[in-house]
Amino acid sequence: MKLKTLTAASLAVSMALGAGAVSADLTFPSLSYRTGPYAPNGIPFADGYADYFTLLNERDGGIGGEKINFIECETGYNTEKGVECYESTKGEGALVYQPLSTGITYQLIPKATADDIPVHSMGYGRTSAANGKVFSHIFNYPGTYWDAASIIVKHILDEEGGDANGKTIALVYHNSAYGKEPIRTLEELSKKHGFNLTLLAVDHPGQEQKSQWLQIRRERPDYVLMWGWGVMNQVAIQEAANIRYPMDKFIGVWWSASENDVLPTGDGANGYKAINFHGVGSEFPIYDDLKKHVVDAGKAAGDGSNLGTVLYNRGMYAAMLAAEAARTAQEIHGASNITPAQMRDGMEALKIDQARMAELGLPNFGPDINVSCDSHGGPGQAAIMQWDAGAKTWSLITDYTGADREVVDALIMEDSSAYATENNITPRSCG
Amino acid sequence: MFYRESGDFKTSYAADQQTFPIRFDRVVVTLVLIFAFAVVPFVINDYWEKSILLPFLVWSLAALGLNILTGYCGQVSLGTGGFMAVGAYACYKLTTGFPDLNIIFVVLLSGGITAMVGIIFGLPSLRIKGFYLAVATLASQFFLVWLFNKVPWFYNYSASGQITMPERTVFGIAVTGSEATPWATYLFGLIFVVAFAFIARNLTRGRLGRSWMAIRDMDIAAEIIGVPPLQAKLSAFAVSSFYIGLSGALFFGVYLGAAEPTEAFGIDKSFLVLFMIIIGGLGSIFGSFVGAAFMVLLPVLFKNIMVGGFGWPTDMVQHFIFMLVGGLIMFFLIVEPHGLAQLWRVAKEKLRLWPFPH
Repeated sequence: MKLKTLTAASLAVSMALGAGAVSADLTFPSLSYRTGPYAPNGIPFADGYADYFTLLNERDGGIGGEKINFIECETGYNTEKGVECYESTKGEGALVYQPLSTGITYQLIPKATADDIPVHSMGYGRTSAANGKVFSHIFNYPGTYWDAASIIVKHILDEEGGDANGKTIALVYHNSAYGKEPIRTLEELSKKHGFNLTLLAVDHPGQEQKSQWLQIRRERPDYVLMWGWGVMNQVAIQEAANIRYPMDKFIGVWWSASENDVLPTGDGANGYKAINFHGVGSEFPIYDDLKKHVVDAGKAAGDGSNLGTVLYNRGMYAAMLAAEAARTAQEIHGASNITPAQMRDGMEALKIDQARMAELGLPNFGPDINVSCDSHGGPGQAAIMQWDAGAKTWSLITDYTGADREVVDALIMEDSSAYATENNITPRSCG
Repeated sequence: MFYRESGDFKTSYAADQQTFPIRFDRVVVTLVLIFAFAVVPFVINDYWEKSILLPFLVWSLAALGLNILTGYCGQVSLGTGGFMAVGAYACYKLTTGFPDLNIIFVVLLSGGITAMVGIIFGLPSLRIKGFYLAVATLASQFFLVWLFNKVPWFYNYSASGQITMPERTVFGIAVTGSEATPWATYLFGLIFVVAFAFIARNLTRGRLGRSWMAIRDMDIAAEIIGVPPLQAKLSAFAVSSFYIGLSGALFFGVYLGAAEPTEAFGIDKSFLVLFMIIIGGLGSIFGSFVGAAFMVLLPVLFKNIMVGGFGWPTDMVQHFIFMLVGGLIMFFLIVEPHGLAQLWRVAKEKLRLWPFPH
């Protein structure tokens, strides 16, 4: 009996491992996390990412006539599982990776570059990867953390009438590579604009923030910025409401602003602000198609309850950018069945204007996308949005604006050239 | 019938004291080693390297280290994750600080540095025992991870606090970095694991190991018959931390290639290794390997069966694996509280008498 089970198990494993035969489809893996402390944010993103590809398969029969082979792999936001997912899916001809984790992105930067597979860390990961001369396979358009930090500070300047001298800004951040990313930019900006910066680290997973908020209560900084993810967001917004911190002075990065983060606090979260690089809500024509071809057909990922939420929109946006890059690659190389290397070329040549966005059913959904060989960070534009607890909706309250390029670009150059020397990379020349 | 001492005559002291006194054991171990060294490197691919074999080797080494401390010397430790972090950061600082130093020495030195840190955190063990010691080592876990997060010198002042391993070679063959081939990293890890498993096996059979076991079984009695508790306990901490430091260096340098302290070396890693040795068997070299295999490979196996074989949704599979592995841990601890190694020990006793048990 034991022997039988063993044989059965080993058979199943060899089947599972042998199943990785190369298929003729366009393969898009999704390294998602629907479990663990970051699942509340991981699920809507994964659903949006999956549903857009399902829509393309159902409505258009794939991209350029090629069916999409969509594989999901659970990482739990854990780097080791992320590596396992990467290795198990890359054999199937994965075209682009979206790890949705700064830790896993750091892991994949050298690996994917060596394997000639592009990585799209959309608005996360290593900021200096925006320098395409050093990071040939890593893309982080449409914006980076340093853009976000700079745009938020710009917004604060606008609020303060152009002068932030002597003001205090506190940063509540996830104590990891992700949360530490904006610190350097904020330090530079504090020198430039003369505000004081207070740094408050919150350890993984972020359920315990009493001491940080006690300090905020005591010091009453003029603004609080947040770089949080997962349960940390909900806890921070709740704590801010508890100490009656004015919500319109509390600004989160784009990962700290989903419905799941503000809803638990109820009315207390009213007026909470966050930066975002794409549109909100479900008032876009594409939702009609999604309803018809995906949801009503019973093919929605997850439980289908996340449509129209911020992170669902972002997952869908990520999938749309990937699909458009694949289309661009098909045009460049004149082949419908592209390889990961050709996909990389497509991502580097990606241009999306408002007319194309409208064609895709997403009019005015985001700023124009313009990727080039030396700038993988795209337009670097974002807007500020605000939460209305009464109507339970987000709304954009500013236009898409750019970052302080002078500060951000200098930092990107500095960090990417440090990486290049450490790893013996000769920056390639861009025509 | 085939597994017995009779007929296996020893004619010299050397033969009598060899590592594996029974011929069957010797043959099996030799065959396994030949297979691991001569066959696996030729068939290995990226997936087997990164998802199965390297994690297994790295965690076996960590389990070996903790087993020396907890299984042989009886000192409970919850600081394994922190000590692995010491190994990893030592490896990072040494490789970036001395680019010409060979990676083999870097890994060994990382172990040495961890051993020294281990001795410092082992000092409380001279005064406190059992659960209280566990709490003291827990403090080391949190302190070390906090330290590597707080002091920018440890991560060379990089913007995000991430450490990334540059490429290093052995005889011109890359063993770290992105260009390293699967067989090279696998063999690199395997050599360390085999060599240090052999050393551990012999350490535990010798004077030092016996003094550890004397302390474990009853420290007052051991002291009365002349085993110095200071030396025995601190040497156990040093040797154990050395092993854990090696595994931390391999974990970061060869397996992951990039790491950040809170995520890669958190408290869950300390518990993971502790579970490995409890399930594998306290005070057993073989048990360390079985425990590591159980805790590291089983989830991967289940994932491949359920997602790859049955095509179930990934989140459901993940929840299912939690329950299944948890259930299996309870099952094995109920049927065999002394770990999987004890099952093998009992099987050996039975085999010696088979087929005439009476």
